Amino acid sequence: MKDDIILRVVAKLLLPFMLLFALYVQFHADFGPGGGFQAGVIAAAAVIFYSLIFGLRAGERLAPPWIVEAMLAGGVLVYAGVGVAGLLLGGNYLDYFVLHADPAAGQHRGIFWVEIGVLLTVAGAMLKLYTMFAGRDRNEDGEEEGA
Amino acid sequence: MALQRDLFSVVVLFAIYSFLMATVLVALDAVDVAMTEAAVGAGASTVLLLGALHLTGAREAKRMERPLVPLALSIVVAAVLGWGSLGLPAFSDPGAPIHTHVVPRYLNDGPRETGVPNIVAAVLASYRGYDTLGETVVVFAAGAGVIALLRRRKRR
Repeated sequence: MKDDIILRVVAKLLLPFMLLFALYVQFHADFGPGGGFQAGVIAAAAVIFYSLIFGLRAGERLAPPWIVEAMLAGGVLVYAGVGVAGLLLGGNYLDYFVLHADPAAGQHRGIFWVEIGVLLTVAGAMLKLYTMFAGRDRNEDGEEEGA
Repeated sequence: MALQRDLFSVVVLFAIYSFLMATVLVALDAVDVAMTEAAVGAGASTVLLLGALHLTGAREAKRMERPLVPLALSIVVAAVLGWGSLGLPAFSDPGAPIHTHVVPRYLNDGPRETGVPNIVAAVLASYRGYDTLGETVVVFAAGAGVIALLRRRKRR
């Protein structure tokens, strides 16, 4: 599809706004609808859209596989790490109010980091699912090239 | 959708259905779920299903000759579900059991305890943090499983 000028221009124009909307959904979730899951899905959908138009290799340049895999695992670690931080500061696992002198601010801080963890894992998983299935085709020639 | 033999049309109809469900969810004031439905159900699932069609083929391999047993089973299950839904409380009934247990505490004390005005975010990330941790681990496990199954191995 990368020869179609309309698709190329529309994709280039829309991509920044899609990523910005993902960030908005992520960081405005305290006040409006959204959160880590929705933001992660929207960000992943933006990158999937990009690699649909420009090809899988261009998509992998935008989001290299090792970064995607690190996001997949790192998100869970961030989330679980917030719980461990609560333990170290004298609360129970996933207690947020010990994270700051003011309990409500601690809750805020905990929710912020937990949502970051969800964002990373969800975006990584969606991207990985897509690249794994879309890359199936290249199996044979890819292996011969690599050998 | 039931009469389609062309799987490509089925996938496109499925995407349209997902978008319609997303608008229904917006009408029900569940914008979070609507966003997810539009992005995952209509967007990413469609892309994955189209990828699967590309790998397998776009025609149904063998049409079912007399689908009477599956048809009867579907009708029975739909009837049981419809009958069960009659016992549910009315839509947005404030006296429904789910609204009398912990919901008053979330609604009354949530903004003060968490400092987050959006009660959905507060419940998901704070009050039910363990749930959300479990969900995140499930998403991670799905991604890791796909990697384990489909990763290209270098020939030695």
